[in-house]
This record gives sequence, C-alpha cells and structure tokens, in this order.
Amino acid sequence: MSGAVNGGSALAGAIRFRGLTLGYDRHPAVHHLDGTIAAGDLLAVVGPNGAGKSTLLKGIVGEIRPLDGTVEAGPRSGAIAYLPQAAEIDRSFPVSVLDLAAMGLWRPLGAWRSLARQRSRLIEALAAVGLTGFEDRPIGTLSGGQFQRALFARLILQDARIILLDEPFTGIDERTTADLLALIRGWHGEGRTVVAALHDLAQVRAHFPSTLVIARRPIAWGPTREVLTPPVLARALRLSEAWDEAAAICRHDAHHDAHYEVHPADGAAAAEPHEHGPSHGHDHGPAAHDHRGHEHRHDHHHDHARHGAMS
Amino acid sequence: MTLADLADLLVGPFVEFGFMRRALAGCLALSLSAPPLGVFLMLRRMSLMSEAMSHAILPGAAAGFLVAGLSLPAMTLGGLVAGLAVALAAGLVTRSTVLKEDASLAAFYLISLAGGVFLVSLRGSQVDLLHILFGTVLALDDDALTLLGGISSLTLVALALLYRPLVIECVDPLFLRTVSRAGGPVHSAFLALVVVNLVGGFQALGTLLAVGLMLLPAITARFWAADLSGLIPVAMLVSMLSSVAGLLVSYHAGIRLPTGPAIVLAAGALYLVSMLVGPRGGLIHRLVRRRHLEA
Repeated sequence: MSGAVNGGSALAGAIRFRGLTLGYDRHPAVHHLDGTIAAGDLLAVVGPNGAGKSTLLKGIVGEIRPLDGTVEAGPRSGAIAYLPQAAEIDRSFPVSVLDLAAMGLWRPLGAWRSLARQRSRLIEALAAVGLTGFEDRPIGTLSGGQFQRALFARLILQDARIILLDEPFTGIDERTTADLLALIRGWHGEGRTVVAALHDLAQVRAHFPSTLVIARRPIAWGPTREVLTPPVLARALRLSEAWDEAAAICRHDAHHDAHYEVHPADGAAAAEPHEHGPSHGHDHGPAAHDHRGHEHRHDHHHDHARHGAMS
Repeated sequence: MTLADLADLLVGPFVEFGFMRRALAGCLALSLSAPPLGVFLMLRRMSLMSEAMSHAILPGAAAGFLVAGLSLPAMTLGGLVAGLAVALAAGLVTRSTVLKEDASLAAFYLISLAGGVFLVSLRGSQVDLLHILFGTVLALDDDALTLLGGISSLTLVALALLYRPLVIECVDPLFLRTVSRAGGPVHSAFLALVVVNLVGGFQALGTLLAVGLMLLPAITARFWAADLSGLIPVAMLVSMLSSVAGLLVSYHAGIRLPTGPAIVLAAGALYLVSMLVGPRGGLIHRLVRRRHLEA
C-alpha cells in the first residue's frame, strides 16, 4: 500500500476519507474508502465506466451526501473548485464569456460587490486559457473546446486550494487538451491539490504523479508508475460490472480493515481467509448467495462492492 | 385627421376619465415589474410554470371571496397564501422526491384550480366568477393602486438584489451550489416574486390573464434583443405599449370589449408582429438569407 494513505495532519488542501461510502438509493457506488489525498497532490482517479469516479468527486465537493463515513476537505468545503463532467450549464442562456468566467469571483465579490474593477483580472484569466478577444461572445456560440477553456478560466478565478476535474478532456481536441494540461501543471506547481477523473491512461502516465484506481471501491492507490499495472486494471474492470437490485444490507465495519492492497492477481486475493464465516454476516437469502458464492473470495470486501454505479 | 384629433383619440380618454388614468397607472406599474420576471421564466424554460402558478392563486382568492365577498385585501391575501403554498410545496416535493418541478407543480395547481372553481361556485354567481377570472382594471380603487405600486417597487428592488445569484442559478445551478448556499433561497425568492406579481396582475387583468403581461412581452423581447440588458427593457416597453393600446382600443371599440383581454390581445399582436419582423430570429429575417461574413 503506497504513500498517500494516512497523510496525518489536517493540512489545508488535503482531502481525508474515513470509511467513505457514497452511492445512490442505498446502493454504494464507492465503497469504504479510507486514506488522505495530500495537499498539493496531482492525483488521477481512473477506473472503468461506472467505477464511481464521478461519484467520488461529487462526494468530495458535497454534491451528494455520504451513505456512510466522512470526507474532510480543505479548511471549508467552499474552498473547492469543481468542474463537473456533464455540466448542467444552460448554454442557451444569454450571458457572455466574460460573465461566465466572472462567476469564479463569487467568493470575494458575492452578490453585490462591483465587478467593474475586476475586468483586467477577468481578461487576464481569459488570456491564460487562450480566449483573448472572446470576452463579449455569448456562451452559446462557443465550440466545445472553447467552452471548456472558458470553464477553466472560471476555475483560475476561483483560486481554490483544491481543484476537482471530472473527465475534463472528453470531446476536447489535442491542442486544447495540451493547453489545459499545462494549466493543470501550473496549478500543481502552485501547490494546489488537483484531483482529476480520467480514462486516458497514457495521459495519466505522462502527467499525473499519483493515481487512484477504483472500481466501486479502491483497488490501488499510489505513485502512477506502481499503480497502473495490467493486473490492477484487469481487476478493476472485472469488479465494476453488475448492479444488484436485491443487494443485501452491508454489514461491513468501515474501520476495522481500512487497508486494501494491490493484488498481483485475483488468485492471491482468493487465498486470503475471508473474515466472514459461511454465513458471512449478511442477511441476503440463500438464492442470491448461491449464484454468487464464488465471488466472495476476493478479499476483505464482499460482493456488495460490485453494486451499482452510474458515474 | 388632424393632429388634434389624433391627440384626442390617444390622450383624450385619460384626460377625461379618472378611471382610465387609474387603469393606466396600475398597468404601467405592473409593466415595470412583471416583464423582467417573465424574461427569467422564459430563459429558464419555465414559461408554462407561471401559467400554472396563476391557476394556483385562484382557490386562495376564492377563499377570500367566500369569507369577505369582493374585497381586495381578503382576495389578495388569499391569493398570496395559496400561490406561495403551492410554490413552496412544489419545490419541496421536487427536492425530496423523484418528481421534476414541472410535474409536481402541475399536480398542485390542478388540485388548486379545481378547488378554487369549487369554492367560487359554492357561493358566487357566474358574474362573480367572471370578475375573478377577467379582472376589474377599470375599477381600480386607491387600495388597488397602492398595492400595484408597492408590488412593482418591491419587485424591482428585490430583482436588483438577487440579480447576480439569480443569473448564476439560471446558467449553472451546480456551480452556485458549490460556492454558496444562496441557490435555494434565491430560487424561492424568485418564485415568491412571481406569485406576488400574479396576485397584483389578477387585480388588473384577472387570474387567467395575469400571466399575459408577464410572459407575452418577455417572449416578444426575444425577437428584438439578445442579452439580459436588452431583453428586460424591451419587455418592459412592450408591456407598456400593450397596456396603453389595450386600454384605448377597449375604450374606443364600438362593441363592448373587456379591457383585460384587450390588453393581452394587444401584447399578443405585438408578439405576432415581432415574430414576423423581429431582427433576432424573426421569420422574415430567417427567410431572407444575408450573405455570410468572411470570419
């Protein structure tokens, strides 16, 4: 188990999970996550579709409430800047690019203080993302890449200690991606904590020093080089498959086995003694039990970790 | 026709009759406050929601009518309570169940409307019902004018205070949630303003047409202006023009033309004209294709 866990002190900018379980409708999408994202880390969260990447980011920013456990982030949760995957942004609403970026100044300005004196700051942020001259364009006229650039300008202006990015490069061309990655490296250089959900592994290897692999529960967490190995990825893929409508109530104690490991192969996991006896302390019926019985082997966690996610 | 004749035609009725001046003042007050709300409703695709809300006001007004007869304070208070209750209940159901806002609102307003008609028919005659449905713009007394003026002032001040969070809430509600807790209260305050204006409008135009002055000018403005700083003044202007035109037409018309519907019909006529000739996406501008630019 590698470095990022048990970061200790409550440094501003760190994110700490304690037995965090997030999900929808009682079905966990992220199961029993423990550990700390150190302040200043540049962390990629990877995993198959439905692995809970988006859910995890939503949990950190407070958009969904934990089913169990806690997440502590930064001095205040408001110090987090969050770029969601499918932004709920109404792009037909008639506001200009400058207005959109200016939303990033909500924290210092609030509802009433004047924006007039901030204009140079806004122009500067737009210039940093390559949108000079777009100030007065309505957001509805921007291309996908330009719009993502405008959202990054807003992130710059938010000036947050913690920046969460959910699939920021989906549908974005190479040049824009390169520009935005340079911005992210800049934020890392300034000591900000950046957490990005990504699916392009080459990109992760090239730009992100640490990686968390999840498949509804943490699979591996540590330096990217050590974590992104074929066995880990295969395991992640296998573990994020089914949604079980009739899932049993999880009796897993969030704190007693807070470690998960990088298993070289499933065989090793299977060899571990399962803490639960034949009845494994769950109250699901024998039928459900039978057809999935073999799956109980893998490790400390049990099959509920496989339940549904939509990320 | 001489200029004097024209002046007589346009200004005469207002000079001559106090009730016309009162009607004009009331409609102009409403024209300052309702259209900006309509602009936001339209941009949020909530146009029909205000229609639903106007129906929701009916049972409250009817309850006031049952208790106190055709009394302005009783019916206004009843309408306010009913409108706010439906708005809040719909919001609560939206946040705590799977229903979307339009569905929960539809459920509540249908209950409310049926209840209102039921209440009115318990006591009133057909004439009373028409009174409630179509308003009494030519019989605005001092109390009604004060109410309209107060509502208008309150709305403009509140909109100025809420403007920035309201725009952010419209464009990117998720963002507002991550930086501030203002989203929920701002949305509720906005709905409350809509209710207050509909209650005011129902004094002048009746419940069924109160929505007219809120939405038609806003929708019309879409054909003339692109951004909020243009849409809001244009909507106000359209609303004022419709008010004046509606009052004059109903005054001069040979047949007995009720004033409330005349005002809404005037707004409707402006909408149809704008739809044809408006420079922003109007029909004719779409048909006549201009040469595209170089870049």
